[in-house]
Amino acid sequence: MNLLAELSYWQQTSIRVGAGLLAVILVAGTLVMLHLFKLVSFMQSRLGPMEAGPFGSLQLLAEVGKHLQKEDIVPRKADKIVFAAAPFVVLASTFLLVVVLPGGPDAWFIQNDLGIYLALAVSSVSVIGILMAGWGSANKYSLLGGLRATGQLIAYELPLILAVVGVVIQAGTMNLQGIVYQQANGEIFGWDGIGNPYILTQFVAFFLFLTAMQAELTQTPFDMPIAESELVSGYMTEYSGMRFLLFFIAEFATAGVFSAIAAVLFLGGWYVPGIDPDDNIMNVLGPLVMFVKVIGLTFVVFWVRFSFPRFREDQLQKLAWKFLIPLALLNIVVTAIFKVWI
Amino acid sequence: MNSVLAAVSQDADIVVAQNVFFGVIAVSMLYAAIRVVTTSNVVHAALWLVVALAGVAANFILLGSEFVAVTQVLVYIGAVVVLFLFGVMLTRASLGDDESVAQEKRSMAAVVGVLLFGVMAFALIDTWSDDRLVIDEPQQVTEVSDSIFSQYIIPFEAISVLLLAALIGAIVVARQD
Repeated sequence: MNLLAELSYWQQTSIRVGAGLLAVILVAGTLVMLHLFKLVSFMQSRLGPMEAGPFGSLQLLAEVGKHLQKEDIVPRKADKIVFAAAPFVVLASTFLLVVVLPGGPDAWFIQNDLGIYLALAVSSVSVIGILMAGWGSANKYSLLGGLRATGQLIAYELPLILAVVGVVIQAGTMNLQGIVYQQANGEIFGWDGIGNPYILTQFVAFFLFLTAMQAELTQTPFDMPIAESELVSGYMTEYSGMRFLLFFIAEFATAGVFSAIAAVLFLGGWYVPGIDPDDNIMNVLGPLVMFVKVIGLTFVVFWVRFSFPRFREDQLQKLAWKFLIPLALLNIVVTAIFKVWI
Repeated sequence: MNSVLAAVSQDADIVVAQNVFFGVIAVSMLYAAIRVVTTSNVVHAALWLVVALAGVAANFILLGSEFVAVTQVLVYIGAVVVLFLFGVMLTRASLGDDESVAQEKRSMAAVVGVLLFGVMAFALIDTWSDDRLVIDEPQQVTEVSDSIFSQYIIPFEAISVLLLAALIGAIVVARQD
């Protein structure tokens, strides 16, 4: 039974939209504060922001205020409408991604059989926003950045989708809630103490998913599209103020959402060992568990981001087409064989 | 106006909200489709095509075919149009209007478009005439996969082999050595 079932349609919808907005803003804010400001500072033996609030905890508000005050500059030769619409296309794709995530037995936005398929389809729309930004800016660097981004996103969308196929075969459903239940009710050689998180059987897919995710998020070492030493700032070069902020929020919110999807697919989602997954308490605990897993996975994303140098463009394409995609196909074949025989 | 809507909605066969949404989607799709062929900027044409294709996906959702709608988004918006845009931007991506865009071929295209519309309209009317499709609930993914992998397995495999052949052909054509 859904908690919202007694409300009318428009009330349900507005609650969902509100919760979705909150999830995007909160996750993006936490990631920027915790990982981008503090984690990288500690890795480089410095303190990071310390002035605004205790230990610099209000730095984020200061940053948002700064961006809101900035002048909104549109290049004279830019295609005004395309230029203005691009950040919203990217951000809309992120918002629509959030709706598929389950947070507990009754705590979900929408639930249908499409689940992960819907998420992958929606995430592929953001490429159009990036191309719009790159072309609409009337800037060579922007166009190059947009083209690099598109080539990279097309190349790494394949291993991402193919990695998910392994999990879908094992779970027998594309419904994310169903995948969580499959893991919660599963058992490891007859022992059901912690369920059966798919990271144990689908570790190849987990590796593929995290690698492809890093590339989809254009985080270093896959940050060729915004390589600041070559392309100024890639497709974001001409953006300032509010529109730059939108790109920025979309980048970090997408990192959070993709990590949440990885948590659902491989780490058991909102399930906690020892508590009955249908218990009402899970509606409160579940979102918190998801949040902790998201922070953990994004920690890995940012750890890699700050540790590795950038790939060259040709190495980047080779990695996707000659290593990740064949490995993903192999994983599907092996998973299918095990699924049928065991 | 309200009384009219109320009178219509009492007839159980017509769902007012669906019809209103269909009207909105159809009008925006038509406008986008006309803009695709009349705009003189190639990139704008591709972007208007996104709107038209998104309208198709929305119509599939209205019909309860969620799987087909999502596939429409993933394949057409997420892949086909992206490749269009990628190709256009890689070759010539002039900002502003480009008057040389297929000006002289428009009459030919119009003839083909009208012919295609005629054939498709005839096929639809001939097949369905006055039949009414009853859609009670959204189509489940399992229904789609069951029918693909049992009833339509031969066409499915044939298309798979065809696509594989196209893939290999593309590699052969593109190889330099």
